[in-house]
Amino acid sequence: MVLGQLVRSRIRYAAERQEMSTRDGKAWSMASPSPDFKAGVRDVAPTLPAVVSFGVVVGAASLAVGFSFIQAIGLSVFVFAGAAQLATVGLLGAGAPFVVVVVTALVINLRMVMYSAGLASYFRDEPVKWRVPIGYLLVDQAYVMAALKFDADSSVDRRSYYLGLGLPIWLTWVIGTAVGALLGSNLPGWVPLGFAAPMVFLALLVPAIRDRASGAAAAVGGLTALLGASLPLNLGLLVGAGAGVAAGLLFERWGMS
Amino acid sequence: MTAADALVWGAILVVGLGTFVLRFSFLYLESRDAGLPPGAERALRFVPPAILAALILPAIVRPAGTIVVLGNDRLIAGAFAALVAWWTEDILATILAGVGLLLVVQLAF
Repeated sequence: MVLGQLVRSRIRYAAERQEMSTRDGKAWSMASPSPDFKAGVRDVAPTLPAVVSFGVVVGAASLAVGFSFIQAIGLSVFVFAGAAQLATVGLLGAGAPFVVVVVTALVINLRMVMYSAGLASYFRDEPVKWRVPIGYLLVDQAYVMAALKFDADSSVDRRSYYLGLGLPIWLTWVIGTAVGALLGSNLPGWVPLGFAAPMVFLALLVPAIRDRASGAAAAVGGLTALLGASLPLNLGLLVGAGAGVAAGLLFERWGMS
Repeated sequence: MTAADALVWGAILVVGLGTFVLRFSFLYLESRDAGLPPGAERALRFVPPAILAALILPAIVRPAGTIVVLGNDRLIAGAFAALVAWWTEDILATILAGVGLLLVVQLAF
């Protein structure tokens, strides 16, 4: 928790200072966050209800298996990944061995490696000290929104924009977890809180399909993940992503984009 | 701290650290010029549509494990939300449309 706060306050301070970057010679501005940071916040804002909603689900699930409030928050701060958190609390609640819990959660999060590679290609000039918070904040939504933005707009300050996406997501996630942990079993069960996240992904899918090759990537990726959904450890997701990327590459090579 | 508490915190810290390593992997490797193979960027361009579809479809068509098409509330809501998403390209509208219709369908039937 303290680590998270430290990281956040340093990032906010540095975001306000980033105008003094020598890369483009802009003048100092300590008065306000950069416009690209604000653009990131603006763009991520409509997705935050889904983040809260899923966070509430995760917080409540943590409490349901016997986590304390601090442990539920701690999990959200240290792991910061919904599906893996759900698996972790579920397995711990079922008395699974430690190794099983850890391996399951990490395999579920393997897709982060793919996102890491993607971000690395966009942040080639970024100093390592900035790659640490960039990495820490990496979640599906932040990666996809950043990638789409960076492809569409080559002049945007990538670090600022990405932090503008990631910091609100982090904050909202922790708050959502807290609310879920506090409400616990008082949550009305008929509200489909878990459905908001897929809806965000659906909304993001529209601009992500730009041509026939990316359309093929989506179609193949989705269908493969669907067929592989019974695989353990969310492996269907990885297999689907891999198949989708392969399909996109093939379509592109065959000149059908 | 009880044994159970130690187990929980141990899992939190190990999974947390391991997940950070996964997230940091290529970000670190690339800074060391050890990272991305040449064709990687072309492939990475397809990750967003592929992963988004891979996240969406199972959640809508087989939320509980078996593929359900007829009488699937989520599929109806998801299809409607897809139309809204395509028409408006507005994230909030899509969320509200999808969750809203799902609520209506679930409560009404």
